Amino acid sequence: MSNMLEVKNLHVKVEDKEILKGVNLTIPKGETHAVMGRNGSGKSTLSYVMAGKEGYEITKGEILLDGENILELEPNERAVKGLFLAFQYPIEIPGVATMTFLKAAMNAQRKARGEEELLTPDFMREVKSAAKMLEIDSAMLKRALNVGFSGGEKKRAEILQMALLKPKMCVFDETDSGLDIDALKIVSEGVNALRDANRSMLVITHYQRLLNYIVPDVVHVFSNGRIVKSGDKSLALELEKHGYAQYDEST
Amino acid sequence: MAGAKENIDRDTIEQVEQIDVEKYKYGFATDIKSDKSPIGLSEDIVRFISAKKDEPEWMLKWRLDAYERWLTMEEPNWAKLDYPKIDLNEIYFYAAPKSTPGPKSLDEVDPELLETYKKLGIPLLEQAVLAGVEGAKIAVDAVFDSVSVVTTFREELAKSGIIFCSISEAIKEYPDLIKKYLATVVPVTDNYYSTLNCAVFTDGSFVYIPKGVRCPMELSTYFRINEINTGQFERTLIIAEEDSYVSYLEGCTAPMRDENQLHAAVVELVAHKNAEIKYSTVQNWYPGNKEGKGGIYNFVTKRGDCRGDNSKISWTQVETGSAITWKYPSCILRGDGSRGEFYSIAISNNYQQIDSGTKMIHLGKNTSSKVISKGIAAGFSDNTYRGLISAHKKATNARNFTQCDSLLIGDKCGAHTVPYIEAKNASVVFEHEATTSKISDEQLFYCQQRGLNAEEAVALIVNGFVRDVIQNLPMEFMVETQKLINISLEGSVG
Ligand SMILES: Nc1ncnc2c1ncn2[C@@H]1O[C@H](COP(=O)(O)OP(=O)(O)OP(=O)(O)O)[C@@H](O)[C@H]1O
Ligand SMILES: [Mg+2]
Repeated sequence: MSNMLEVKNLHVKVEDKEILKGVNLTIPKGETHAVMGRNGSGKSTLSYVMAGKEGYEITKGEILLDGENILELEPNERAVKGLFLAFQYPIEIPGVATMTFLKAAMNAQRKARGEEELLTPDFMREVKSAAKMLEIDSAMLKRALNVGFSGGEKKRAEILQMALLKPKMCVFDETDSGLDIDALKIVSEGVNALRDANRSMLVITHYQRLLNYIVPDVVHVFSNGRIVKSGDKSLALELEKHGYAQYDEST
Repeated sequence: MAGAKENIDRDTIEQVEQIDVEKYKYGFATDIKSDKSPIGLSEDIVRFISAKKDEPEWMLKWRLDAYERWLTMEEPNWAKLDYPKIDLNEIYFYAAPKSTPGPKSLDEVDPELLETYKKLGIPLLEQAVLAGVEGAKIAVDAVFDSVSVVTTFREELAKSGIIFCSISEAIKEYPDLIKKYLATVVPVTDNYYSTLNCAVFTDGSFVYIPKGVRCPMELSTYFRINEINTGQFERTLIIAEEDSYVSYLEGCTAPMRDENQLHAAVVELVAHKNAEIKYSTVQNWYPGNKEGKGGIYNFVTKRGDCRGDNSKISWTQVETGSAITWKYPSCILRGDGSRGEFYSIAISNNYQQIDSGTKMIHLGKNTSSKVISKGIAAGFSDNTYRGLISAHKKATNARNFTQCDSLLIGDKCGAHTVPYIEAKNASVVFEHEATTSKISDEQLFYCQQRGLNAEEAVALIVNGFVRDVIQNLPMEFMVETQKLINISLEGSVG
């Protein structure tokens, strides 16, 4: 199986309103794809449906992860199979130190795969090296996850989790928004460090700039609940120049 | 080593099973024809208990007086609790737990209970004791004796003049201390349940810390096993003399199978000048099944008296068990500059009902108190915080800070906060903060996206919610408490 992700003719309703209207998207193993599109066009919805969030009615279509249909799986089962979503708006978990959360997540995945729990020294070593790469200081790791984190800190914490969980399919929902120029570089480097032949990525963004750092193999334009055009990285530049108007459907 | 110990355990159990444990230990089978005391409550039962304990005459008289007073009292009904009336004539007041027929071996024990023990990492022999398997308790005592834990422990404490024994022993060995302190914090006529306790208490602990002594160890951790059979009506008295310190851990961190419906304990603490008492409880009695059948009714009176200036008493409780909990560990801040603290985690699931909180009674000048309460309700349960903060006219500059947070899991449970405040002078500063929150679907989804299943996610979020309180627990309890939280909330989602 050479495709990591296949979304086939996906139709999704939220509260009786159709949001996704036949999404088709194939990401081969080792490739990084970008999705760009207007506010409200359904990009986050797609990422949530992939991850298995409740409240979405899938009326048609399927999603295959590494060849396996995942639509019937619980969110945690999908995570254990290697799907990771970096949230557009990361959620606060009061009272749970970032470090504690990381360990809980890593061990939960190991347990689900029938592996031994991590030994604390090994865990500490891994966290420290990943945190160093992302320039996250240890004080932040002791604070409750995402509580009082700045926008940029939240995004970094997402990438930290990804770096530790080592998923095979990573989805980034506007990870660049809220990052300053330096942070954008650091985070991109963190992401690039994880790129390899067995890992695929889907980068949702509004800004071409991110794609200078994380260079995509394919760029997709998302409009009104489906992908309307795909091309190479130059498509992003073109979009930046001309906007989305040419892709709007006359209704 | 471990193998050898296991062998001792098995041998001992086998040996003990050879003899008729009940007759051997309590020896009253002949005088009442059965191995239970007569059912119900009467003056004769009070005499019976006192006689069983071989108590001095003054103690019997004290019990009988309490019984007389109790006859005139009414069961309180102000708590937000709903349960069928308890028929005291259906209760065995001196049912040494071993005398009610228990399972013969672990094979006869509810597998769910055993599963829980496994999760808590409790050794097999302890499991047998906790589950009430006949014969197991004495075997454990024997094993403990054989490695002489009890003796070394006692000897070490005795060196610094600390007394730590059962209250029955103390009544015989230290009558002056008992006469001086018993019921001076919780008066005999304090309330329906405490008065009943005076008449019929069967056992409990007694601790005396002499002047200037810092108790070198957390008291009672290993008593986990030994304390189990103290029965329905426990009585505990702890006295800390001037400049002394003691930390006492009560209870058992594994759910106990127990046929007794009604538990009514009384705990009294006395802290003299500059003394400090830290009292921690993990309460995990049988909460009843998923349908709300069975389970313990737990009506407890716990009170500490900060009798001397600058003394301090702090209560920490983790309440996860019992079908009904009625419990308000309190502090009387009598000495000037004395301090009281109450940290509480109360978790209710399925059909459990909890009405718990504290009373901080400020009598002395410059007294301060702090209350942090975390209530977690899941399933169809009801969880009420009830607190009273009061300051007397003379309690100038009294301060209190109360924080009361409730967390709801699901939408069939209830959380309530009932704070009472009385300030009789103008210099008092009382602060109260309260929040109620729910575990949001967003939080659950986020955790699940990282690989935690729904139950693990809830447990993690709840552990975060109670963090302020967990940090106040002695080390011994921290880890077990976290495990316990996870277990208590099983089945609360999905
Ligand atoms: N729970 C919901 N109830 C009602 N409408 C919803 C719900 N969730 C999403 N929508 C609607 O679905 C559409 C797509 O939303 P989505 O968040 O997927 O857009 P997006 O492409 O990620 O936008 P942005 O670029 O602003 O992040 C929007 O019109 C949004 O209002
Ligand atoms: Mg979005």
